[in-house]
Amino acid sequence: MTTLLEPSVAAPAPARTSFLTRWRARRSADPTPVWLTIVGTMVALYLVLPTLIVIPMSFSEASTFVFPPRGHSLWLYRNFFTNDRWLDSLRNSFIVASCAAAIATVVGTSAALGLHQLRGRRSARFLQSALMFPILTPSIVIATAVYISFLRWHLVGTLAGYVLAHAALATPFVLATVTSALGTFDPTYLRASASLGASPWRSFLTVTLPLISRGVATGAVLAFVTSFDEVVIALFIRSPRFQTLPVQMYNSVVVEIDPTIAASSSLIVVTVSLIFLVALLGSARRTSRPGSANNRRSVVRRTR
Amino acid sequence: MTIGISRSSATGPAGERSGKGAQIRLESVTKDFGLAHPAVDNVTLTIEPGEFMTFLGPSGSGKTTTLNLIAGFESLTSGTIRLDSQDVSTLPAHKRNLGMVFQNYALFPHMTVAGNIAYPLRERKVPKAEIERRVAEVLELVQLKGRDKHYPSQLSGGQQQRVALARAIVFNPRALLLDEPLGALDRNLRAALQLEIRRIHREVGTTLVFVTHDQEEAMNLSDRIALFHDGRIEQVGSPENLYAEPETLFAARFLGDSTVFALGDQPVTGPVTWEDERWAVDAGTVAQRARSGGPTALVVRPESMGIVRDRAQVPGGANAVRARVRDIEYMGAYRTLVLGVGHAGVSGRARIPAADKNYAIGDEVVAWWHPDAQRIVAA
Repeated sequence: MTTLLEPSVAAPAPARTSFLTRWRARRSADPTPVWLTIVGTMVALYLVLPTLIVIPMSFSEASTFVFPPRGHSLWLYRNFFTNDRWLDSLRNSFIVASCAAAIATVVGTSAALGLHQLRGRRSARFLQSALMFPILTPSIVIATAVYISFLRWHLVGTLAGYVLAHAALATPFVLATVTSALGTFDPTYLRASASLGASPWRSFLTVTLPLISRGVATGAVLAFVTSFDEVVIALFIRSPRFQTLPVQMYNSVVVEIDPTIAASSSLIVVTVSLIFLVALLGSARRTSRPGSANNRRSVVRRTR
Repeated sequence: MTIGISRSSATGPAGERSGKGAQIRLESVTKDFGLAHPAVDNVTLTIEPGEFMTFLGPSGSGKTTTLNLIAGFESLTSGTIRLDSQDVSTLPAHKRNLGMVFQNYALFPHMTVAGNIAYPLRERKVPKAEIERRVAEVLELVQLKGRDKHYPSQLSGGQQQRVALARAIVFNPRALLLDEPLGALDRNLRAALQLEIRRIHREVGTTLVFVTHDQEEAMNLSDRIALFHDGRIEQVGSPENLYAEPETLFAARFLGDSTVFALGDQPVTGPVTWEDERWAVDAGTVAQRARSGGPTALVVRPESMGIVRDRAQVPGGANAVRARVRDIEYMGAYRTLVLGVGHAGVSGRARIPAADKNYAIGDEVVAWWHPDAQRIVAA
């Protein structure tokens, strides 16, 4: 135990301090147990590996699904980027996801702000649960409901139909992230801005929005991804004229047995990971920036 | 209770001021949140242009709610608020043109110091060059020159509060409202900022409403103090007035220490009795509100109370009572004897010179005071 108490600047003790002792000394007073690290790593691998398997598959030379992949080739990618059906569905997915994310972000943010004003009341809790419904309901149920009503409204197979259905599905994600961002938002800021002459709308633009922007951005990314990989509703309301990428992938496996799906899957995995990585890095930079909520609170604590 | 005060602040230290601020009139202002008692209950008060008015009171006494009503953050249940005779009762906060400083500063964390101070000017569409000039000016006024590029989180609590002050005065508001602005600061910083606030008030000359629960702070700063109790104004007056001539027991206890003798319902026009003592009453020391009957109390400030060994040493004409020394507090400049007074052992305090070491805990003594140094208040 004494080695733990030695100051780190002390001259290194001779051979008696083993590697293990020094390693223990370097660890904090309340270290993460080794077994927990191992279990954690295994769970992480279990979650990630199945997704990563498609990447080597996408470079395969074989024209059917074989694992481990045979040879190295880019022909699946060439297939993907030269085939109009793949490219059209990719473009469609981007358009649908962008529009759906935009609508979901506006609606979800407004809902979160409104519910924040009503917080503490029973009606607010009820509304919050109601707005979370699309997350909790099995997607097949939603898809059926959407299909039946869209048939009547002639929205099946249209861009508007995809966008509306996906926006409804994605709104709860924005609601959740913005609500949590508002949790740390000090309402005194709004009194301050009002006393300084800003109307409620100006206060929202100049104070609230910048301070909850991370929640809004995270929500928008989640909404985009939710729409981008949504397959159940898209299967129901697809039409020969308008298909999203996930539906095209589904077809390629079930109908065409086309291994190009490996390339498209890899592209999606990499793209989505990149989006999240950028969002994460962006938010990490914000956290370390002076003036972020965390810094501010620690300063206030220090001065008290 | 209704107190209408119209003492002009054109006299005394307020005399030199330019009088740029607005007059604030509260007329029967009431705010009821639907609880057992209204948070603010029929408050009538006039705050004169350029005056430094402090709302003093314990937490929950309605002082902050009253300030929020003036600022426009809460809606009135009934009554009227006027700024220079303009009825602002239903005017939204952002149109009232009042500067506000909050206890937790409420500086926008995503803007620099300069950005924060420029905010009210940008909202008023002031030209850019003038914004720059006025921000620089006000930064000098609060002695934070060269900090304009910093973010609030990079400043100390005292500096942040100065920025908040600068932001609240830069647009020449009709009045400045401060809600316990020094509550989050340590003792030394509080003292420094109190001086600063007084100086800024003198230089800017605006009407200033200051909310605090700290009686020392209220005494140091104010032209007048409005003492709040249970949603009502207990008493309004200068610090000297409130300390020397409290109207009620609450006022006497809240500002400064005192020894309190409950007199019950006995008449206070002549001599009064307490336990087996009989005391002379100076008519000038009977509070207005103690004259109308009802329970009263006699209070004596520690500095007015003398201590002797036996009754023979009590000066002629003074009132006296037996007491036992319970504790002695050395305060540096003086000593305070904590007393158990009379048979009942009512808790009392007397101030004696620091050098006086003649008393020990447990000593039987006689406490005395002149009848003109006591005060009879409504209990």
